[in-house]
Amino acid sequence: MKSVEGLSASPGVAIGAAWFYQPVELGYTRRIDADHAIELNRLQDALSQSKSQLTTVVKKTLDEIGEDEAKIFEAHLMFLDDPELIATVKQKISLSLNAEAAVEEAVDGFAKTLLAMDSEYFKARAADVLDVGRRIIACLVGVDLGVMDFPVNPVVVFADDLSPSDTMQFQKDKILGFCIRRGGPTSHAAILARSLGIPSVVSAAFENEWVASADQVIMYGDTGKIIINPEKAQLLEARAVQTKKAETWKSDLQHATEPAITTDGHVVEVVANVGSLEDAEQAVLYGAEGIGLLRTEFLYLDRDSMPTLEEQTQIYKKILTVMGTRPVVVRTLDIGGDKPVSYLGLEAEPNPFLGWRAIRMINERPELLRDQFSALLQATSLNTDLRIMLPLISNVNEVINAREIFNEAKQALDNQGEKYAQKIQFGIMVEVPSAALLVDQIAPFVDFYSIGTNDLAQYTLAVDRTNERVASLASPFHPAVIQLIAQTIDRAHVNGKWVGLCGEMAGNTIATPLLIGLGLDEFSMAPVAIPTIKNNIRHLNLEECKKIAEHIRTLATTKEVLGFLAKK
Amino acid sequence: MPNIKIPVNHAVGLHARPAGEFVKIAAAFPCEIQVRNLSEDGKFVNAKSILSVLSLGVKQGYTIEIDAQGEGAEDALSTLKELVDNNFGE
Repeated sequence: MKSVEGLSASPGVAIGAAWFYQPVELGYTRRIDADHAIELNRLQDALSQSKSQLTTVVKKTLDEIGEDEAKIFEAHLMFLDDPELIATVKQKISLSLNAEAAVEEAVDGFAKTLLAMDSEYFKARAADVLDVGRRIIACLVGVDLGVMDFPVNPVVVFADDLSPSDTMQFQKDKILGFCIRRGGPTSHAAILARSLGIPSVVSAAFENEWVASADQVIMYGDTGKIIINPEKAQLLEARAVQTKKAETWKSDLQHATEPAITTDGHVVEVVANVGSLEDAEQAVLYGAEGIGLLRTEFLYLDRDSMPTLEEQTQIYKKILTVMGTRPVVVRTLDIGGDKPVSYLGLEAEPNPFLGWRAIRMINERPELLRDQFSALLQATSLNTDLRIMLPLISNVNEVINAREIFNEAKQALDNQGEKYAQKIQFGIMVEVPSAALLVDQIAPFVDFYSIGTNDLAQYTLAVDRTNERVASLASPFHPAVIQLIAQTIDRAHVNGKWVGLCGEMAGNTIATPLLIGLGLDEFSMAPVAIPTIKNNIRHLNLEECKKIAEHIRTLATTKEVLGFLAKK
Repeated sequence: MPNIKIPVNHAVGLHARPAGEFVKIAAAFPCEIQVRNLSEDGKFVNAKSILSVLSLGVKQGYTIEIDAQGEGAEDALSTLKELVDNNFGE
């Protein structure tokens, strides 16, 4: 028996056989005495085989995922056809190199040139060229990369790291859980695992020697605990927890569309965090009373030009239609140097989370916000409950400026005689401590506040949450973060405004009594968490929760806070 | 030798989709076509090679020089010019 503590990335209990995910090794020997004619023939065969593979991948991606994802592989096809790349390989073969070595040297050369150009865009293209090279070499040595040697029975996947495409490549019904050595709970793989509903633990410091494929493991996605080769008693306990969870989930789901009311009649709103049309559809299914956070970045990523006003309007319209008259909180573009997008003028920065991002783009690129406002307004119908939310607000001027731009966008539509929703709220994200401290001063310009606990923790505690060595320090249960949350809610209520919370904390069952007790009005979370949280709330009592919250506000450490909440 | 010099006004420069369109059109002509980054006085590269075209590092506002030689050279140049002038069809 061996146990490891990681960070919770996606809830649920997984019990099953371990399986290591590793990219396939392409072993071959470099030779400098190869026969030109034979090697050229082999190369030709490998190229046409790669081409037909990629054509299939493009089609599959287009069918199963989407157009933007398919473009990645369309670009690979172009690389495969590149006359200079092929000429370089052939030239190396003519010097008696075997085809494998010739391909590897050629793609390495092109990749180096691209890497030297020093931007995220070229780094990604270099990775693409290397990927194409790997595919050709796989064909040369006779390894089929397209078919993963995956076990027949479902497994708990252990991996050093998983890229989003790695995560998507698995068949969902063959995965019991993901146990990932790197990354934090907000990594792409973790977010994806949550939306797929697969229990997952990240930052799991397991050593390869501790666990062999087919070893039995227990993984608690809620706490991040992993037990390798458990004792009988531990296994029985895990099975009991799992069964109970499955039963609870079934009953929670049955009641998902009912409101969340405490035993003493206090009603709160439970809504969803959404990043696509599919998420919105899922949210409604899981009983979301609205959207508390619509991330709009997806409209701007993985493309090389600005989405047109028409494109933006269309996609917003689809999501708003799914939600009907339910409230929809839309966060305006929240993007920065961690995702350089050249047409937005975003460049890689040494500190992208402290840099030119989100609302800070407003002075240089006011048209971005104006277009977004305009598209949103045009996407509404008269009875849409649209609520606009500004990210990363750190001073009052940003709110005033954005509101002015919003009024201009409205005025322009009025002048054209366009009709839009009659009732529109305007609010901000509270994720920078300065905004939490200025709730009173910001109040005249907003209708609501929504607390982003992931970033609020990162900015309050000076922790880069993408840095796995310190990520675990960025806990929203740190007493300082809780003080800021409490203060935001108190001051907002004094000013007659409502407060939501759209960070991970809203979907964490441990936090529910605390947040209810602090007076939070709206809980926004991953759709899959909604049925459980609603059920939780129905078993709570507001007056008792207030006492819990009051006591927690006197505690000094994260450990004390979590310890106290665990007993509740 | 037929030759033109044109500015690239597309926001991403001669990368991503614009680069792909450029190479696809160049590859459709039988003649030899070469292109270089005139703004940085770079070397000519094969206009039918996406990897070479990307490596030019042509950003928005840069001027490129295109050379074509052989069958259909004039046609190739005018088609490529039209593509760049029309901002790659956007």
